[in-house]
Amino acid sequence: MVAGLLVVWNPKVEFMPQQELDELQLKLLKTMVYRLYNFSIFYKERMKAANVTPDDIHTLADVTKLPFMTKKDLREFYPDRLFTVPRREIVRYHASSGTTGKPTIVAYTRSDIEMWSESLARALSSIGLGPDDVVQVANTYGLFTGGLGFHYAAEKIGAAVVPASTGNTERQIQMIQDLGVTAMAATPSYMMYLGEVADKMGVSIKDTTLKYGLLGAEPWSDKMRDRIQEWLGVTGINCFGASELSGPLWSECDHQCGIHIWRDICLLEIIDPDTGEQVGPGERGEMVLTMLQKEAFPIVRYRMGDITTMETEKCACGRTHPRISRITGRVDDMLIIRGINVFPSQVEYCLHTNPEVGNEFQILVDRKGYMDEMMVKVELKPEAFTDNIIELNALRERIGSRLKSSLNVGAKVELVAPGTLPRFEGKAKRVVDRREI
Amino acid sequence: MSDLSKYKIKQLSIFSENKPGRLAAVSKAFMEEKINILAFSIAEGAGYGVIRVIVDKPEKGLEKLQQVGFMVRFTDVMAVEMQDRPGGLYELTKMLSEAGVNVEYAYGYRNKPCAVLIIRVEDVDIGIEKVLAHGAKLLDADHFQLDSCNK
Repeated sequence: MVAGLLVVWNPKVEFMPQQELDELQLKLLKTMVYRLYNFSIFYKERMKAANVTPDDIHTLADVTKLPFMTKKDLREFYPDRLFTVPRREIVRYHASSGTTGKPTIVAYTRSDIEMWSESLARALSSIGLGPDDVVQVANTYGLFTGGLGFHYAAEKIGAAVVPASTGNTERQIQMIQDLGVTAMAATPSYMMYLGEVADKMGVSIKDTTLKYGLLGAEPWSDKMRDRIQEWLGVTGINCFGASELSGPLWSECDHQCGIHIWRDICLLEIIDPDTGEQVGPGERGEMVLTMLQKEAFPIVRYRMGDITTMETEKCACGRTHPRISRITGRVDDMLIIRGINVFPSQVEYCLHTNPEVGNEFQILVDRKGYMDEMMVKVELKPEAFTDNIIELNALRERIGSRLKSSLNVGAKVELVAPGTLPRFEGKAKRVVDRREI
Repeated sequence: MSDLSKYKIKQLSIFSENKPGRLAAVSKAFMEEKINILAFSIAEGAGYGVIRVIVDKPEKGLEKLQQVGFMVRFTDVMAVEMQDRPGGLYELTKMLSEAGVNVEYAYGYRNKPCAVLIIRVEDVDIGIEKVLAHGAKLLDADHFQLDSCNK
């Protein structure tokens, strides 16, 4: 089906009138609550504690009767105690960074993978991508959901996929030229970096076939988008998702006015992070998401920690689903370094395993060129101080590689003298983020 | 054996972040205690350094530096005299190699009429024994407690 010149992936759902969407969403919500109450010990106990049963869900507003879920629950019930299907129905696992030493494990049934790619297929179609396109996926493939998420969606809409993953930028540029790549999935900062490397190679991205950047996984600004569009001639499309939800799921349409969140897949709320009460359209608050059709790993009123606003008016493209604006911050201290979520608590946990350093630490984040750089300052304990520079450097490297393997992103380590890092009464402020985005 | 321990020189090893003012803070601390610096070197790590100093009053120096917040410790080194003329260092290092002494680090200073090489080896007791056996002249710890300018 065609709207203007664009092929719409699922016109029946994407253009569904509000009232029908309300009905559909309520039906899905009721089904989900019924299923969880009857088939999951965890959710049943949670609902009992909140004094709610499936019979209490009559309208969409009743979603607020359900208790919130947080990252803490995911950590507490690691690795698989929140899964609600028999093991044999699971066809995939992914993992994301946890808040301490353990990652968060996400499981998928075949239907979960299907809904995930359906959601992103609608998104990619909404910017005009289709079988004539070549999509280079420069997100990491592996436990991180970014690579395979775009891969499946792009294949689903019939585009050709170049599964480049991260790194080897010169080869990425070569493939854009040789294969006529039209869209690239990446972090916005990698897109900028790629532009810089292309300049050095004497290649103008503007003169290539590359027309769309499917950008996300880290905060970015309209200023950065303008720069990417003017300099590289690439339309910067803001994308959103998270591994807990499945992976990258949603994006803006070609009107670039907010990310469409499909109501049959997700029930979106924006709340006041302090009171937990819902706020109205256009009001800033924390995003809370309920995934309506997930099987293996249900997500109910999950507090994302991201601050944004919701727009419920119909989009200029005709799609009736709500849109979220740019993420403007976090309610917690989570950092995003080169697209990877990093919690200061993870750093703390990792440092504890090194007896040579104290408990105080400081994280400094900078943007060098277009790439994020993280430095962790730690206090060397007097008993670990040695006159031997080789040993001290080896210690520094050992801590660095431990951090890297636990955070999935590299960090420079700086040893400092005991007592020199700032001390805090009350809430510690251990992060100095000097990035200008 | 016991008399060889007098050749163990107590070097102060000071951890210092690589930023302006640290070296000034160290030397100010010495000045305030009227401690004289006889030899001095800085080893550069990554973002930090280790300042190595031979002073006339090492105990007092250690105490003072700790007081003003430095991470500091003693490291035993030896001080070998060499001739202050072309070839002096060669003669010494040749001797060290013949004695099978592996140097971790070293730094020198001029101490008329001779010159002195401060040497850190893995095991200072064995090092002292070996170089003495090869006829080297070692300075003893007492030597540094005098004001060497007037020697």
